[in-house]
Amino acid sequence: MSRRPRASGHFRSAYAQDLALIETRCEMSALAVLLVLLAVFPFFASAFLLDLANQVFLASLGAIALMVLTGYAGQVSLGHAGLLAAGAFTVGILFKELNAPLLVTLPAAALVGALLGVVFGLPSLRLRGLYLAVSTLALHFLVVYLGGEYETKRGYSTGIVVDPPTLAGRPLSDGRTWYFILLGTTAGTLLLCLNLLRGKTGRAWAAINSGETVALSLGIGVAAHKLLAFVISSTITAAAGGLFAYYRGFVSVEAFSLFVSIQYVAMIIIGGMGSLLGAILGAIFVTLFPYLIEACLRALPAAQRYAGALFAADYAAFGAVMMLFLALEPSGLVGIWRRVETYFLLWPFRHRQIGARRR
Amino acid sequence: MTAATGSPVQLAVNILVLAAIYALIACGYVVIYRVSRVLNLAHGELMMLGAYLLLAIAWQFNGHWLAAIAAAAGLSFLVGILVYLFLLRRMTGEMVLAAVLTTIALGVLLRGGILLFWSAQQQYPAQRLDLGNFALTLPAGGRISFCSALLVLTTVLVYASLFFFLRFGRWGVRMRAAGQNPLLAAQRGVNLDAVYALAWGLSTLTGSLAGMLISLDLGLDQTMAIIGLKAFPAALVGGLDSLVGALAGSLLVAAAEVLAIHYVDPLLSEVVPFLVLIAMLIVRPWGLFGTREELDRV
Repeated sequence: MSRRPRASGHFRSAYAQDLALIETRCEMSALAVLLVLLAVFPFFASAFLLDLANQVFLASLGAIALMVLTGYAGQVSLGHAGLLAAGAFTVGILFKELNAPLLVTLPAAALVGALLGVVFGLPSLRLRGLYLAVSTLALHFLVVYLGGEYETKRGYSTGIVVDPPTLAGRPLSDGRTWYFILLGTTAGTLLLCLNLLRGKTGRAWAAINSGETVALSLGIGVAAHKLLAFVISSTITAAAGGLFAYYRGFVSVEAFSLFVSIQYVAMIIIGGMGSLLGAILGAIFVTLFPYLIEACLRALPAAQRYAGALFAADYAAFGAVMMLFLALEPSGLVGIWRRVETYFLLWPFRHRQIGARRR
Repeated sequence: MTAATGSPVQLAVNILVLAAIYALIACGYVVIYRVSRVLNLAHGELMMLGAYLLLAIAWQFNGHWLAAIAAAAGLSFLVGILVYLFLLRRMTGEMVLAAVLTTIALGVLLRGGILLFWSAQQQYPAQRLDLGNFALTLPAGGRISFCSALLVLTTVLVYASLFFFLRFGRWGVRMRAAGQNPLLAAQRGVNLDAVYALAWGLSTLTGSLAGMLISLDLGLDQTMAIIGLKAFPAALVGGLDSLVGALAGSLLVAAAEVLAIHYVDPLLSEVVPFLVLIAMLIVRPWGLFGTREELDRV
C-alpha cells in the first residue's frame, strides 16, 4: 500500500507482505499498547475527558468518510454537514413520529445517507472540482432547509429532543458505554475503509483522482465508482449523524450550519489529504482546538474580561490555523509526522527523495 | 426592503432592489473569477468588513455621508489588495481548490475578527451618519426607501464603469488578457501580480459598497455575510466569468426569491437561490452567459 520504508532495515520480499496491514513486530506492539490504552482510558478519565473522547470519535467518523471521498476519490464536498443533518434528522423524526428503537433508526439513517449519496453524487458525473463543490454546498442548504421546515411545521422550533436509546435492555446514557460503542464503531469504520482503499475499489478511486480520462481508458467505470464513493461516504456520515443525535440527545438545524462543513473540510486539510491517519489526527485537532483556545485565554491575566470574546477568538483562531496549514503545510499533520518518522528511520543518513517537491 | 404590500408594482420594485443587491455583490465574484480563476468564498465577509469599516470611520465625517462611504470604499480597496498580496499570492501554482479553501478560511478568520472588534450586536451606521432613510413614492404606487434607490443607482454606475473599464481601460484590457491566458499575458509584459491585486481590490470595493448600502438600509450584524453567500448563486447562474451574466442571474434569482416569499413561504428565502443554482447546475452548469470550456479547467 505505501511505498515508504516502514522500519529501518525492513525489506519486503513477498507480495503478501506488501498487502499486510501490520508488517513489523514493533508496529504490532505499538498497536497493542494503543489498544490497551484506549481500553483502560475510560476507567481513569473524568466525565469531561470522556465527553471529549466521544466527540473526537464522532468527528473521526465524519472525517474518515470525507477523507475517503475527497482525499482518495478526489470528489470535493462542501455539504458534509447536510449529510450529518440528514442522519440526525432521520433518527429524530423516526423517534418522534414512530418511537422507533435504535436498531431501526440507525440503519434507516444509513439508508437515507446512501440515497442522499446518490443525490449528492449525481452532479459529480457532470461537474468537476469547483462546480462540484458548489453543487454540494447548495444541496447542504436544501437538506438543512428541509430539516428546519420539519422543525417548524411540527412545532419543535427549538429542536427535537431524543431520549437515550436502549440497547439489549440497557439504556445508553452513560459516557463510558458510549465511549466503547463509539470506539468500536470508529475502529470498524476505519478497518472497513482501510480495506476498501487497498482493494480494487480503492485503486479505481485513486485512478479517478489522478486523472479521469486515464481512468476511463484503463477500463474503470468512472461514473459507477464516483457514485460509489459518494454513497459509501454519505452512508458513514449519515450514520455518524444519527449517532450524534443519540449522543447529544438533541437535534436542531443550528448544529449543522455551513461552519460544520467547513470544520470537516478543515479536519482533512489539517490532518493531511490522502491519509486515514490524517483524518483522525485532523478530527482530534479540530475537536480539541476550541478547548485549547479556551485554556489559553484562561491562562491570560484578567481572564474574566475575555470570557465574552471566547467564541469570537475561537472562530478567528480557527480560520487562522486553517489558513496557515493551507499556505505553509499543505500535507498537514500527517506530513509533519512522516517527516519526523522518516528522519528517525533513516538516521543518520538523511536523504531527500529525488523529484520530491521542495517547500 | 420596502413594505411588503402585494401590488404588482411593489413586487417589481422589490425584485429590482434585491436584484441590484445581488448584482452589486455578484460582480465581485465575477471579477476575481474571470481574472484569476479563484472563487472567492470570503466575499460575503469582505463585504461585511466594508460595512464595519464605514461604521468605524463614520464619526470623523460628521454629516458628510457620501465622503464617509467613499473613504470606506477606498479602505476596502486597500484591504482587497492586501488580501491578495499577503494570502492569495502564496496560493499561486497550488490546486485551484486550495485557493478556494484559503478564501473560506479567510472568511472564518474575518468573521471571528469582526465579532471580536465589533461584537454581535446590531449596529446602525445610518444613525452615526445622520442619514435619514425616508421612503420615496414611485409613480404607479410603489414605494422604495431612499437607501434602496441609492443602491440601485450605485449598481447601475458600478456596472457601467466596470464595462467601460474592462472594454477600454488599459488595465481593464490587461485584466481580460490575464484571465484568458495568464502565461501569454505575462510574456507580453503584463504584470500578473498587479493585475490580480487590482482584481481583488476592485472586487472588495464593489462588495463593500454593497455591504455599506445594505447596512444603511437594514442595519448591520453578522447575518450580512449570509447575504453575500446568497448572491453567489446569482453569479454562477449567470456564468461565473460574465458580467452580463451576473446581471441576468441576479434578476433571475431575485425574481425567484421574491415571488417564492410572496406566493409560497417566507421561510424559503434562505434556500431559493440555491434551488435555482441546483437547477442551473443540472441543466447548464456553465451558466447563462458563461464560457463552456471553463468546466474542464479545474
